[in-house]
Amino acid sequence: MNRSTAAVQVRSPLLEEEQWLGRMMLAPAVIYIAALVGFPFLLAIYYSLSDATVGSQALHFVGFRNFQRILENSIFWTSLRNALVFTFVSQLLVVILGKILAMALYQDFRGKWLVRFLILLPWVAPISLGSIGWLWIFDPVYSIINWAGQASGLFGPATWPIWLGQPNLAMASVIMVDVWRLLPLATVIILAGLSSIPQDIHDAAQVDGAGFWRHLVYINIPLVMPIMLVALLFGIVFTFTDMIVIYVLTRGGPYDTTQVIASYAYFTGIQGGDLAEGAAISLFLFPLLVAAAIFLLTLAKRTEVT
Amino acid sequence: MQMLKNIGGRIGHFGIIAAFTAFTAFPFYWMLITTFKQTNDLINVKNNPFLYNMPPTLENLRILFFDTQYMIWLLNTLGVGVLVVMITLLLAVPAGYSLARLAGRWGQQLAIGIFLTYLIPPTILFIPFSRIISNLGLQDSLWSLVLVYPSFTVPFCTWLMMGFFKSVPKDIEEAAMIDGLSRFGAFLKVVVPISSAGILTVIIFTLTLVMQEFVYALTFITSSSQLTVSIGVPTFLVRGDVYFWGSLMGACLIVSIPIAILYNFFVDRFVAGFTVGAIK
Amino acid sequence: MATVEARSITKSFDGSNAVDGINLLVKEGEFLVLLGPSGSGKSTLLRMIAGLEVPTSGDILINGKIVTLLPPKARNIAMVFQSYALYPHLSVFKNIAFPLEAQGMKGEAVKSRVERAAAMFGIGRLLARKPRQLSGGERQRVALARAVVREPVVFLLDEPLSNLDAKLRTTARDELQQFQRRLGTTTIYVTHDQIEAMGLGDRIAVLNHGKLHQLGSPQEVYDDPADTFVATFIGSPPMNLVEETPHTIGFRPEQFLPIECYNSADDLIRFPFIVTRLEYLGADRLVYGTLTTPHPEVKVISKLPTAVTVAVEKGQRHEFALPRKDLKRFDSQSGLKVKAQ
Repeated sequence: MNRSTAAVQVRSPLLEEEQWLGRMMLAPAVIYIAALVGFPFLLAIYYSLSDATVGSQALHFVGFRNFQRILENSIFWTSLRNALVFTFVSQLLVVILGKILAMALYQDFRGKWLVRFLILLPWVAPISLGSIGWLWIFDPVYSIINWAGQASGLFGPATWPIWLGQPNLAMASVIMVDVWRLLPLATVIILAGLSSIPQDIHDAAQVDGAGFWRHLVYINIPLVMPIMLVALLFGIVFTFTDMIVIYVLTRGGPYDTTQVIASYAYFTGIQGGDLAEGAAISLFLFPLLVAAAIFLLTLAKRTEVT
Repeated sequence: MQMLKNIGGRIGHFGIIAAFTAFTAFPFYWMLITTFKQTNDLINVKNNPFLYNMPPTLENLRILFFDTQYMIWLLNTLGVGVLVVMITLLLAVPAGYSLARLAGRWGQQLAIGIFLTYLIPPTILFIPFSRIISNLGLQDSLWSLVLVYPSFTVPFCTWLMMGFFKSVPKDIEEAAMIDGLSRFGAFLKVVVPISSAGILTVIIFTLTLVMQEFVYALTFITSSSQLTVSIGVPTFLVRGDVYFWGSLMGACLIVSIPIAILYNFFVDRFVAGFTVGAIK
Repeated sequence: MATVEARSITKSFDGSNAVDGINLLVKEGEFLVLLGPSGSGKSTLLRMIAGLEVPTSGDILINGKIVTLLPPKARNIAMVFQSYALYPHLSVFKNIAFPLEAQGMKGEAVKSRVERAAAMFGIGRLLARKPRQLSGGERQRVALARAVVREPVVFLLDEPLSNLDAKLRTTARDELQQFQRRLGTTTIYVTHDQIEAMGLGDRIAVLNHGKLHQLGSPQEVYDDPADTFVATFIGSPPMNLVEETPHTIGFRPEQFLPIECYNSADDLIRFPFIVTRLEYLGADRLVYGTLTTPHPEVKVISKLPTAVTVAVEKGQRHEFALPRKDLKRFDSQSGLKVKAQ
């Protein structure tokens, strides 16, 4: 036998078996996700290029007609603008407030477990149910905010804001509810980031003479930045794709001032029956999310220090 | 001077915490009061809403449990939850282990890839799903939810389990294999029991995700007896223009509090899962 | 340069005292070592001197001025941490510049002082790098440069050598001492390593369980330990202790030698000794064994330098001896040194 053909590469049977095992253990999850995420996604793209409706099974390819119609539709642009405003403002607030709260929670104090419980409540309550609570708080006749405002004198006798009925107020209210439900998550994540800064660094900064603001701006924030960006990314994904808060509180009104892409896709595709157009609208979410993810993750990687 | 600074700092600290806690907890407090208020007390604009001007009542809760299908929705949600938890565990636990131990170089890439599925949210997929579900004949059935929900629980739970498994020292598995177990045997008999905390976290997280889900349930299910709590309460507890606020608030509270209590036990591990993988 | 004084300093956590009524005066320009096992309170004491912890009672004085409640930045001190605590997101230059910028210094003034400090430790070429790109020894030098750049009156060092490789540690120790002699700044140094303490300190403060056991020069704490704790903590292998109520007698392994090593004219105490084990360590031989009548059957160690060629074998019964003047006596109950008659 030729020497060189005698196996140079000795293959360990154990290694092969483990590779096979690894694939078998991973396969079900991957197949499931491919089937239930990948496949419908491709279907959504296909529908957006078709004339699918809820009513009939017929399906014809129509090219970019749906997209054209959408781009000429002012409501679409309104909902895109609203979605961006909604996401940007609420996430800005969430990150800033989350940072403040995380710093306040960083030190130990009596009753911290109770505070943690109360702070987490908005996040763990089902979104639709929490929103209903706010629906009652914003009620046009019985709003507790209005009552308290009048009773305490903060509101004049003629001041009775219709929180969900007036255009700018409605957006503000919806933003407030979104901030309310995402604040706990951001806080907990940022707190974890804060806790991972070694105490030595804080001590060194103190000995080196850094005051409160210098410490915050030059030491504290740069070191939690990677985690803050991750919290921001999660918040953006949850908010930009959300339709629950809007559905429960305003149904997109008044006059589409709180309509966002996700809710508009629902009303058009399911309630309105035009599956194709609904699919086309919802697809606009994807590229924007991917862009945000790439941007924030690269930024996070760049600010990583270890 | 230093003392004054300290006291000022303490008050400021307390003030900030109090303000935030009030913001997050107030709606629940408000729900609590409203649940026990008599309807006439509630709708009388002249009454101070913070006080029980008429004696508190259990009537709203009675209506909730006996005059509506709330109990059925709770059972539906629980049923779906349990089944989805089982499916998720079956898929995510082995997958997590595979990525943690057996995947080698492309393990990390694949892990990130799995997580990127969240960039394709339910609010894109619900439209094609509405067709798929009706074609499968699962329209208006809770089984549609059982089928679809793992699509958003499995990726994150796989990631969580991967983190947990990575933190189990390799020595323990290797000792088991030297003692005669196969790799899979070591996984089943040694690694999984050690990671029970991680598995519990996955269970709780999956249950809360199921309870919160709205879009798919709204799209797939219409008959009132097949609803989950998340959908049933906002859509069916409102009769025409009349909102039964007392019952509504009670409904929300009853679901939220137990989840909150459960969650509190596991929030640390949950966040560790979130953050550990995100940066690497 | 400044004096540092701790007056009746106490710090309690959850009911127990981490530091228990310590009185200590550090002289100007002195290199004082706080030595003790972990949990002895040495780091806590250092942190109170730094201003990172507030004492439960007692005072800290720097140059005669009470600074007990002042924050660190008001004390004109610098500290080097065990982990070095370099700011990971800043370059070496910015790390060293940080204390200066915190004082409001800017521009050229900062640049020249940073470069001077960096040159002192030979790290001028590393100024643009980030901490994660440096070796352990280089990081330590950056920490030192950051400490000197402000020209403080006191240096506080918290086990700065313990994260270095053993080989690096001896050269680092040498450089550290030279650098302190050159600057002449009062230095307080915390360590659990008694060899480091003996090598570096002008005086050593031996601490245990929050209390100061002895304060003295290396020679004083070695040759004249104040109690059994100091006697056994310093010296390797530790001093042999034998219970002979009401006293505990102690003798160092290197003085406990086979009788042949001593001149028979000397005033010696004899110890019959049964050898159980020998360790050949190169420069020394360690002989493990037990004493026998008239002394209690206690395990003791003898350290024979290679120069001593007396044959000692396992299982052998050999007569060992110790000069009477080298025998230490401690009270069995309190452990304190008994004054020689």
